[in-house]
Amino acid sequence: MDILITGLILGGTYALIALGLNLQYGVSRIMNLANGEMLVIGAFAAFTLFTVGQVSPLLTIFLVAPLAYVLNWLIYRIMLRPLVKRAKNRGMLEVDAILTTFGLSFVMVGLMIWAFGGDYFSYSYLARPITVFGDNYGLNRVVAFVCAAILCAALFLWLNVSRAGMAIRAVAVSPENARLVGIDVPKLSARAFALGGAVTAVGGAVISTFLTLDASTGVMFTMKALIIVIMGGVGDVRGTILAALVLGVGETFVASVIDPGLTLVAAYALFILILLFRPQGFFGRKPT
Amino acid sequence: MKRRTFFKVTTTLAATLMAGAAFAQDNIIVGAVAPKTGPLAGGAAVTHWPNIKLWVDEVNARGGLNVGGEQRMLEVIEYDDQTNPAETIKAVQRLATQDNADIILAPYSTGLNIAAAPIFDRLGFPQITSSAATDQIGELSGQFNDMFFLLGRSTDLAEDAVEVLSDLREAGEIGNRVAMVNVADAFGIELMAVAKPAVEAAGFELVYETSYPLGTQDLSPIMKAVKGADPDAFVAWSYPPDTFGLTEQAMIEELDVKAFYTAVATAFPAFAGRFGAAAEGVMGIGGVNTASPEFMDYAARHEAATGAKPDYWASGMMYASLQILEEAIETTGTLDMAEVTQFIKDNAFETVMGTIDFDDQNSNTAYWTVGQWQGGEFKGIKETGRDGAVEPILKTGWE
Repeated sequence: MDILITGLILGGTYALIALGLNLQYGVSRIMNLANGEMLVIGAFAAFTLFTVGQVSPLLTIFLVAPLAYVLNWLIYRIMLRPLVKRAKNRGMLEVDAILTTFGLSFVMVGLMIWAFGGDYFSYSYLARPITVFGDNYGLNRVVAFVCAAILCAALFLWLNVSRAGMAIRAVAVSPENARLVGIDVPKLSARAFALGGAVTAVGGAVISTFLTLDASTGVMFTMKALIIVIMGGVGDVRGTILAALVLGVGETFVASVIDPGLTLVAAYALFILILLFRPQGFFGRKPT
Repeated sequence: MKRRTFFKVTTTLAATLMAGAAFAQDNIIVGAVAPKTGPLAGGAAVTHWPNIKLWVDEVNARGGLNVGGEQRMLEVIEYDDQTNPAETIKAVQRLATQDNADIILAPYSTGLNIAAAPIFDRLGFPQITSSAATDQIGELSGQFNDMFFLLGRSTDLAEDAVEVLSDLREAGEIGNRVAMVNVADAFGIELMAVAKPAVEAAGFELVYETSYPLGTQDLSPIMKAVKGADPDAFVAWSYPPDTFGLTEQAMIEELDVKAFYTAVATAFPAFAGRFGAAAEGVMGIGGVNTASPEFMDYAARHEAATGAKPDYWASGMMYASLQILEEAIETTGTLDMAEVTQFIKDNAFETVMGTIDFDDQNSNTAYWTVGQWQGGEFKGIKETGRDGAVEPILKTGWE
C-alpha cells in the first residue's frame, strides 16, 4: 500500500513532466528537446515569486500558464513554423525539429544563467507530513499529485468532449486527412505546441516545491519526458498518464523492495520492454 | 584654426587610445574555468565564481597587483566547462595558448581538478585546488608537483564524521544504530568506502545502508526504509540536490534521530534559507570558525560584492587560494610561474581561513571536517588542527 501510494505520487510528478511534451510531439510533431528548460523556467518563476513576495506556487501557475502559452506560441511561429513549411515529410521535420530545439535548449540555459545565475532554486513549501492510511507523505508531493490529476482530467475531457479537442486529436492521428475535413492544421499545431509548453511550465512550478533545480537541470527532465511519451504512445494522453504511473510505481517498487541503486535500471528496462513488445505505446493500435 | 583643433583632438584621442591599448596589454590575464552548466554548476555558482569576482574587484579597486614595482590590473577570461572534464582540459589549453593567460585558476570539484592536473603540469601553472577532497594527494603531488590541496583528505572528512558519532555515544547521548546512504557518484562512493569500515570499527551497528543514483527524483522510499530501520544516527554522503531532498524527506517522515548528517551543500547558506529552524542541529561536511574576525570580515565583503553569503566550507578556501596566489606574485614580484610555485611551497600564508602552510605533499594539513547548524550559523565542530571548534549539539526534532 505504502509502495503503491508513493509510486502513484511519483507517477503524478512524471505525468506533469511528460504531458506537455506529448502534446508538442503528438500533435505538432515537434520533438521538443528544450522541453526540460521550459519546465525549469516555470520552476524559476515559482521560486522567484515565492522568495521575493511569498506568493504561493499554486497561485503562480495561473500567471505562468498564460505567459508560457504566449512564449511557446512565439517559439513555434518564429522558429519552428519555417521548418514545418519546408519539411517534405515527417522524418525530415523530426530531424530538423530535434536539431533546432536541441540548440534552443542551450540558448535557454544560457539566458537563464545570464539572467538568474547558476545557483540552486531551493525553497521550502508545504514540506509537512500528511498521513494517509497510517503512513507519512510530503504534503507538497501530494498537492503536486492532485494538480497532476486535475490537469490530466481537464486535458483528457477537453480533448475528448470539445470540438477543438477533437480537431487536435484529428491532427494527432493524421495531419493530411485532418486538412481534408477543414481543420486548420498550422493554426492548431501552433496552439497545441503552446498549450504543451504551458502545461510543462505549470508542471515545473509545481515540481519546484519539492525538487531542487538549477538552470541546467532541464535535460534530466527532457530525458524522463521522452521515455514516458514514447512508452505511452505518441499523441495519446491516456497512454502518457498510464506510462507515468507505471514508471512511478515501478521505480518505487524497485527502490523499496530491491535497491534504490537500481531505479534507473528499472526505468530503462521497462522502457526497453515496451519498445520491444508494444512499440506503438500502451493504447496504440498495431500499424496495418 | 578649426582644422588644427581637429588635428589636436584626434591626436590626443589617438594618443589616449594607444595609451589605452598599451594599458590593456599590461593587464594581467586571469584564466578561469569551472562549471556554469551541468550537474556541478549549482555548487560552483555558490562556492567558486563569486570568489573570483570578489577577489578581482578588490584587487582592481586597490589599483591592481604589484608585480615587480608595477601596478597591473586584473582581467578575467571565464570559460564554462559544462562539468565535463574534457572541456576543462580544452579550456585550460586555450587559456594558455590563445588567450595568453598569465595565471590560470584551479577548476572546481575533485574530478575536474584531477582531470586538469596533467595539463596544468605540462603548461607549468600552479594549481591551487580549493574544492578537491581526495585521498590521492600523495600520488598526485608526486606526479604533478605544482598541484596544491587546501580542502583535505576524504578519509579525514569521513572518519571525523564517524568520530563525532563515537564521541556522542561515549557521552551516552546516542545509541548504537547507524543508517548510512550515499550517492552513486565518485564522491559518495569514495567517502562511503572509508566511512563504512570506520563505522564498523567503532563498534556501531549499521542498520541500513544503500546507494542511490545521482539525480534521483524521489528519495522517499529511502527515507521510509531508514525510518523503518529505527537508527539513532543518520549519515548521507550526498550531493546538493539530494542533500536538500533527504533532509526534506526526513522532516516528512519525522525521522527521530539524535544525529543527522548530510554532506555537500549542508554548509550552503541556502540550506538554512530553505529549512529555517529545522536546520538546527543538522551536521554536515566542512565547517569554519564563524567567530574568527578574518572570516567574519570576509563573509561581509563577499556579501557586499556578490549579493550572496559565502558557504561555510569551501568558499573560504577558494578565497584563500586566491590570497595565496596574490601574495606569492606580489612578494616574488614576477609572473614567472615556476618562481611563484616555489614560493608557495616554501612559505606560510595568512588567509581568511587562518594560516596555511603546505606540507611536503603540497597539502594543507589543517582543515575543517565536520560542521553543524547552531543558531543560524554552520559552525565547525571537528577539524585537523584549526582553532575555534565548538561542541556538537543533539538534533531535537524538525520544528
